[in-house]
Amino acid sequence: MKITVNVWRQKNASSKGRLEKYQVDHVSPDMSFLEMLDTLNQQLMAKGEVPIAFDHDCREGICGSCGVVINGLAHGGQLATTTCQLHMRKFKDGDNITVEPWRANAFPVIKDLMVDRGSFDRIIQAGGFISAHTGSAPDANGTPIPKDNADMAFEGAQCIGCGACVAACPNASAMLFTSAKVGHLGLLPQGQPERQQRVLKMVAQMDTEGFGGCTNIGECTAACPKEIGLHFISRLNRDLLGATLRGGSTVD
Amino acid sequence: MTTEIKPQVDVRQPVEYTDARVNANIPAGPIEQKWSKHKFEMKLVNPSNRRKYTVIVVGTGLAGGAAAATMAEMGYSVKAFCYQDSARRAHSIAAQGGINAAKNYRNDGDSVYRLFYDTIKGGDFRAREANVYRLAELSVNIIDQCVAQGVPFAREYSGYLDNRSFGGAQVSRTFYARGQTGQQLMLGAYQALSRQVAAGNVDLNERTEMLDVIVIDGRARGIVTRDMVTGKIESHLADAVVLATGGYSNVFYLSTNAKGCNVTATWRAHKRGAFFANPCYTQIHPTCIPVSGDHQSKLTLMSESLRNDGRVWVPLTAGDPRSPDKIPEDERDYYLERRYPSYGNLAPRDISSRAAKVVCDEGRGVGPGGLGVYLDFTAAIKRLGESTVRERYGNLFDMYERITGENPYKGPMRIYPAVHYTMGGLWVDYNLMSTIPGLFVGGEANFSDHGANRLGASALMQGLADGYFVLPATISNYLAQGGLEKVDTTHSAVQEAVQSVTAQTQKFLDIKGTRTVDSFHRELGKIMWEYCGMSRTDEGLRYALQRIPELRQQFWTDLRVLGSGDDLNQELEKAGRVADFIELGELMCLDALERAESCGGHFREESQTPDGEALRNDDDYCYVAAWEHTGEPSKAVLHRETLHFENIHLAQRSYK
Ligand SMILES: Cc1cc2nc3c(=O)[nH]c(=O)nc-3n(C[C@H](O)[C@H](O)[C@H](O)COP(=O)(O)OP(=O)(O)OC[C@H]3O[C@@H](n4cnc5c(N)ncnc54)[C@H](O)[C@@H]3O)c2cc1C
Ligand code: SF4
Ligand code: FES
Repeated sequence: MKITVNVWRQKNASSKGRLEKYQVDHVSPDMSFLEMLDTLNQQLMAKGEVPIAFDHDCREGICGSCGVVINGLAHGGQLATTTCQLHMRKFKDGDNITVEPWRANAFPVIKDLMVDRGSFDRIIQAGGFISAHTGSAPDANGTPIPKDNADMAFEGAQCIGCGACVAACPNASAMLFTSAKVGHLGLLPQGQPERQQRVLKMVAQMDTEGFGGCTNIGECTAACPKEIGLHFISRLNRDLLGATLRGGSTVD
Repeated sequence: MTTEIKPQVDVRQPVEYTDARVNANIPAGPIEQKWSKHKFEMKLVNPSNRRKYTVIVVGTGLAGGAAAATMAEMGYSVKAFCYQDSARRAHSIAAQGGINAAKNYRNDGDSVYRLFYDTIKGGDFRAREANVYRLAELSVNIIDQCVAQGVPFAREYSGYLDNRSFGGAQVSRTFYARGQTGQQLMLGAYQALSRQVAAGNVDLNERTEMLDVIVIDGRARGIVTRDMVTGKIESHLADAVVLATGGYSNVFYLSTNAKGCNVTATWRAHKRGAFFANPCYTQIHPTCIPVSGDHQSKLTLMSESLRNDGRVWVPLTAGDPRSPDKIPEDERDYYLERRYPSYGNLAPRDISSRAAKVVCDEGRGVGPGGLGVYLDFTAAIKRLGESTVRERYGNLFDMYERITGENPYKGPMRIYPAVHYTMGGLWVDYNLMSTIPGLFVGGEANFSDHGANRLGASALMQGLADGYFVLPATISNYLAQGGLEKVDTTHSAVQEAVQSVTAQTQKFLDIKGTRTVDSFHRELGKIMWEYCGMSRTDEGLRYALQRIPELRQQFWTDLRVLGSGDDLNQELEKAGRVADFIELGELMCLDALERAESCGGHFREESQTPDGEALRNDDDYCYVAAWEHTGEPSKAVLHRETLHFENIHLAQRSYK
């Protein structure tokens, strides 16, 4: 296949970027989207041009490194699929594809298709954990956890921190990401003691980072490669309300 | 406990080597008491003094993340580093199948001793008994710790933890979180680390690559890093340094590892005096998605847990052109079930991989190029129903379909072995300290616990045992011994290390040749796969030892890296990694050549039983090969640490 791509090129955080048009000649349907970009990069380097920078690592949809907006859709719009898992068989010979970085104030562009998602880490640092000192744990089977709760906690825990939810949201809100962690930990008995503090602190950090507010549009969940559901956002809102009413006290 | 093993006929005593440079410092006493006794005898640092010590941890995977979080909790000042944009993305995140622990929650006869036994046997008697016993012992604490952190392991309807079986074991001791166990354990460690970052106890440096170790007065006192965004090269000083930088499977170019996995941290430490142990021990995983073309950038693993319910087969006759559903039962060869009736599809990885190679070499492989075998779920779907199979393996099936465009609920998967894990790594003693005092190594980066073959679900266990429990104890002991002078960045050793990294970075940019980094990497990978892959010969290895130095020569004269060193430059990052892979490749071949026996993942064609199984030679090779760098990979000096089997008798491994 022959494909034309319009790729966002931006030298660094402070420079202005723009879309550049390239033709990629030998695209196989078995290639992943990132392998198509690899091929383009080899082509560029052969001509003495600086290759396109993009984040990637595992290339199997689990590390959350990769992520670009493809023809206006975060990760390209295929259900439950990260950019690295998207394959060229989803495109046709002669297609024109626009490739851009995540766009959000809280995700500044570093270079070309790479953005800084440190804001996500800071949200977790604010409270996305259970304070279990190493060595202090009781026997793992000491507290049985109903399978349904455990399964639902797992659902939230699957978030890979890719940022597609933010990129897809017209408000650039990080609600889905934050709620996935709040839900994961809040559904487990171990997560109860810090539950209220957690939600308050994480939401406060989210606001500090400059993410937008959530207006229940739902684009986030459609773009989410791990299919994190909107019910996590409802759950967060309930926790938040409860915690706020109690004035942030952890005493129930 | 040893009844299922057939004793070897030849009882000649193994050669005993004594080399003080590789003294394992194994505590005295019965194996069951070594670790607790050692813990008691080790020195401690008073809690109020801990803040004064700085510990550098390179790597935030299971081993590094757990070590950094735990030492910060204890009160040490920790500086952590990773090359990804977030600590959460370390390659541990990609582990799928599960983590072993001798909990015996199934009441199926498991015990610490049995896990110890299985791991020693699985490693084909090339691991250190004392380390492996400790690992088995700590395995139970790991599960407790992870559950307390909120790791959502799979549960049964009763609310209790579920288990599954993995290769090389006859008990069900593997804990899992669907097909994303590594992710969940990784996030547990990442969250513990995040908590310490917020508390100000960890200074976390992402997108920062370590490029050298600083050695002062014979001790590791810091590292040199390059900020991958700004290009700034800097030194960081400390009282102890931990490398938890993962494995080097990417020396083969194509592997199941993440693209960024590299040997740079450990290789540069090797060049500063840390011995590299058993570099040739690599694990080829039997169940990966076959290569689809020259554009292939990495390989994808299909978790071994699939072999719980999937049956592996190829057509009985070579070149059978029929589609799998047209081949009747009696014209199929379920070769693992046939050759290894007691373990069947759950035979250990090295054995399963080689068996796949054998049938493909006979022309019975399936799919493009005949490089594939079937992994068939028809029987499981019939027995359990599609929804149960979906519940167990749904995400893996989806992954397969996304990559190949084929639906595995409808027809069998095609799989082929791929490089997956490296048992070799920096040599460490019982305290996980390398031959450079003060330089500790944890997780896949060290060589310690898996011998010549790692059993499934034990890497996660080892990474977390090292990180949560072993390193914090042994590093405290090291620091408590004292004798660490104050050092600062004006020290000549610091200056020299910074300059050497700066010069090398510039050199890559100055070559201005014609070939890209990837082209060299692919070429190296082909040589390694061909001559130092699933089976190895004296002749092939000698050929590779000629080819690799030539490739290195070309690399240093014809490489082309565009852009500059002062900003983000991914080609420049890769150049440094590939330069190190080329040197490592040479040492791997040297090690494979020297070890003229077959053991675990290291199969020397000259050393096999009449029915094609790996044949060990305990008389001559019952040792750890620890290589000392002396300027050139080809001139590396071999130090031997003799392995002693006092609890489990040396015997030829049998899974028949
Ligand atoms: C696809 C796959 C599936 C697997 N499944 C299983 C399984 O089911 N069960 C099991 O037990 N094992 C499994 N394994 C093996 C296991 O995942 C790894 O061995 C283990 O996670 C390694 O952990 P680690 O902490 O040693 O290193 P990693 O998790 O690889 O972490 C390495 C860290 O070092 C950092 N780093 C590396 N080099 C540098 C440098 N130069 N400078 C700065 N930072 C650096 C990285 O940024 C990263 O943070 C699997 C492996 C793969 C590839
Ligand atoms: S919620 Fe989904 S889209 Fe958002 S970061 Fe997590 S995995 Fe990515
Ligand atoms: S590269 Fe890891 S999720 Fe895409």
